[in-house]
Amino acid sequence: MAVAVERKVVFEKTKGLTDVETHYCPGCTHGIIHRLVAEVMEELGVLDKAVGVAPVGCAVLAYKYFNCDMQQAAHGRAPAVATGVKRVHPDNFVFTYQGDGDLASIGTAEIVHAAHRGEKISTIFVNNAIYGMTGGQMAPTTLIGQKATTAPYGRDEATTGKPLKMSEMLATIDGAKFVERVSVDSPANIRKAKRAIKKCFQVQLDGLGFGIVEVLSTCPTNWGLAPTEATKWLQDNMIPYYPLGNFKSPEEVK
Amino acid sequence: MSTARGKVTFKEDICKGCGLCNAACPVGILGLNPDSINIKGYHPAYVVEPDKCTGCTNCAVTCPDLVITVERR
Repeated sequence: MAVAVERKVVFEKTKGLTDVETHYCPGCTHGIIHRLVAEVMEELGVLDKAVGVAPVGCAVLAYKYFNCDMQQAAHGRAPAVATGVKRVHPDNFVFTYQGDGDLASIGTAEIVHAAHRGEKISTIFVNNAIYGMTGGQMAPTTLIGQKATTAPYGRDEATTGKPLKMSEMLATIDGAKFVERVSVDSPANIRKAKRAIKKCFQVQLDGLGFGIVEVLSTCPTNWGLAPTEATKWLQDNMIPYYPLGNFKSPEEVK
Repeated sequence: MSTARGKVTFKEDICKGCGLCNAACPVGILGLNPDSINIKGYHPAYVVEPDKCTGCTNCAVTCPDLVITVERR
């Protein structure tokens, strides 16, 4: 005789995302990071008052995927747009979602000065060490020796310098209250990333100041690797250069 | 009917066949279905041995496309 087994749903899609299917390539970790951000907003109960700012880059269409109000900014200018939104609507929860080509290159001035002014916004910085949408060009975050369409022999330190460590740099700024680097290469690290995002968002909700979470991410398509190989490449190459961990955190959210 | 601790359900039509869930499964019971091609043109992920599922949610946590729902007793 068959025995009825009662089970509870322990994982299902968050209300923080719409039902629109993403345009991301197979295995792209943007989807995971979108989910983490959406789940945290749902858990903190801020979906109704959240305003996200989408970047230019692969995540430009994020406004179709997040189930909250969204705006889209010119390349690199998401922190400036978020500043405006937050100052006009201080009771709203405002976040930017930016890639490394957006935040660490053309938008470096905006992110540094938004942090410097201590704007009460939160930034999700997705670092996959390459320009994705435009076709795999070298970014400031591209690793030494890593091949890109504009660095066919691999990035050369003599002419292009070393990869820029944004989290370390932003952690030196007084206005930045929460800075942490996480990765989405394994289930354990994905769970840690979610906890970091939650703390970062709490810093804004508590009115403490600027917060940023840098998420090491894969780009299987432009790295020329299968999704699981890309994960391994991230673990073997990116994590040693971009160490994971918290650089700065106020007492209130520790 | 399986009496396993966990049960995973896949929305096959939105799966992009990336295989990240396969790699994340600690008991190695997932695969990409060689006998099926979904509307996107990929071999979707599926459970090869449903009786061994522990309901740990690692596959769903790793899936970039929210294909997977997990139930556990």
